[in-house]
Amino acid sequence: MFTKYIFILLTVLALYSGIMVLVSRKPIHSVLFLTLTFFAIAGHYVLLNAQFLAVVHVIVYAGAIMVLFLFTVMLLNLNKDEHSPKSRWAKLLAVIAGCMLMLTLIGIFRNYDLAVAYDPMMTQIGLVKNLGKILYENYLLPFELSSILFLTAMVGAVLLGKKEQL
Amino acid sequence: MVNAVVYKMILASGILVLSLLVAMYSTLVERKVAGWFQDRHGPNRAGPWGLLQPLADGIKLFFKEEFMPNTADKFLYILGPSLTMLVACLTSAVIPWGPDIVINGESYALQVADINIGILYIFAIVSVGVYGIMIGGWASNNKYSLLGAVRASSQMISYELAMSLSIITIVMMTGSLSMREIVNQQQGFNWNIWYQPLGFLIFLICAFAETNRAPFDLPECETELVGGYHTEYSSMKLGFYLFAEYINMFISGAVMATLFLGGYHFPGLDKLGLSPNVFALVSFLVLFTKITFFGFIFMWVRWTLPRFRYDQLMKLGWKSLMPLAILNVLVTGVIILFNL
Repeated sequence: MFTKYIFILLTVLALYSGIMVLVSRKPIHSVLFLTLTFFAIAGHYVLLNAQFLAVVHVIVYAGAIMVLFLFTVMLLNLNKDEHSPKSRWAKLLAVIAGCMLMLTLIGIFRNYDLAVAYDPMMTQIGLVKNLGKILYENYLLPFELSSILFLTAMVGAVLLGKKEQL
Repeated sequence: MVNAVVYKMILASGILVLSLLVAMYSTLVERKVAGWFQDRHGPNRAGPWGLLQPLADGIKLFFKEEFMPNTADKFLYILGPSLTMLVACLTSAVIPWGPDIVINGESYALQVADINIGILYIFAIVSVGVYGIMIGGWASNNKYSLLGAVRASSQMISYELAMSLSIITIVMMTGSLSMREIVNQQQGFNWNIWYQPLGFLIFLICAFAETNRAPFDLPECETELVGGYHTEYSSMKLGFYLFAEYINMFISGAVMATLFLGGYHFPGLDKLGLSPNVFALVSFLVLFTKITFFGFIFMWVRWTLPRFRYDQLMKLGWKSLMPLAILNVLVTGVIILFNL
């Protein structure tokens, strides 16, 4: 019962801050609202008994990626709202694309069976022990491949940063 | 159930009050230590041995004029110090302060939340800690504040990596992410520091950088940046920034004691045959002594070493501590794998 109210609170917070990311005039406010959205989603993970996922979500998104975003926005001092004027066609296309995504999501979730989430065996799946076992037993190859992907991206970033000296 | 909830509430408030009290008196101890190092007395006017000095400082800060720059972003300007203070108080939730105590035949843990990912929780809080400084520094709308904030963020991101890597070795050895489990495996004199001296050193250096203490206090470097990120702050908002630093010191001391110095364990303590509650109290005092020791090291270093230059700070973080920490992980992995 109590968790239901927390769920509603977190959902309202996530939706509100998600909308504010788009509506805010100052880029720095957008970045901070996006951080707030990530925290709300982390709260949802905790409600789903996936503490590991929640904490990693906070470390990676709020703690690293958004700090870098904030850092960039501060460094470039994007204080004034200099929205680059988009052409009418671009706006129209964006609206159409958004509507199509919405339609697809509705199509997917219309017949979705929510009862799956109440399977008693599923409540422990987000704990770090079970997650680790699944990752290293069933999905070892994709897991290692994705880490190679990350390594490639890192090497690429370093190479781009060092372009002048090569 | 109700009992447990009430107990947790009392425990959480108790720990909060404790960290505030310790932070308050750390300011006095810091000045006394500075006086000792520089061959002078330190504050000794307010009360015997200056014991009322923190109170006087607090009252002074409360009654100072509340000043806000005209060009500041009002909401974020207030949010900055509040966030810093909040985040500083959050970490203490997962630290085990002592063995179980017994009230009316029921045993209660001296830990607010024994979550199975305690270490990761601490990482999360540490990585979020930079927001208060960045928001405050940016909202002041002052170039010195902005520079301080930018420095703080890059410094904290850089040192977080080496810090995480140095703790991974502890996780590898213990096989658990829970703080309580890590402490329980360090019974007696079986402390992690004997197995991970390099990891401990890296963690200690990173702790200095993460708490913005000298020799890494570049975000508030007064010779270059006036006051750094809190240049435009006055009154209790400034007080919050300064106070949060001392809370962070206390908490990072507690984390280091828990991870590397055996937490509340001390050789021979469990063989004395004390009753559970007395045992818990003595164990807590042992932990507190270890934290005090770290607090003294923080102050010792501050009044001994000069400040780093910014490029030296970055070089140390990325080119010395990171490779060393990775090497440490590799060596530990090899030793565990071959059961040496």
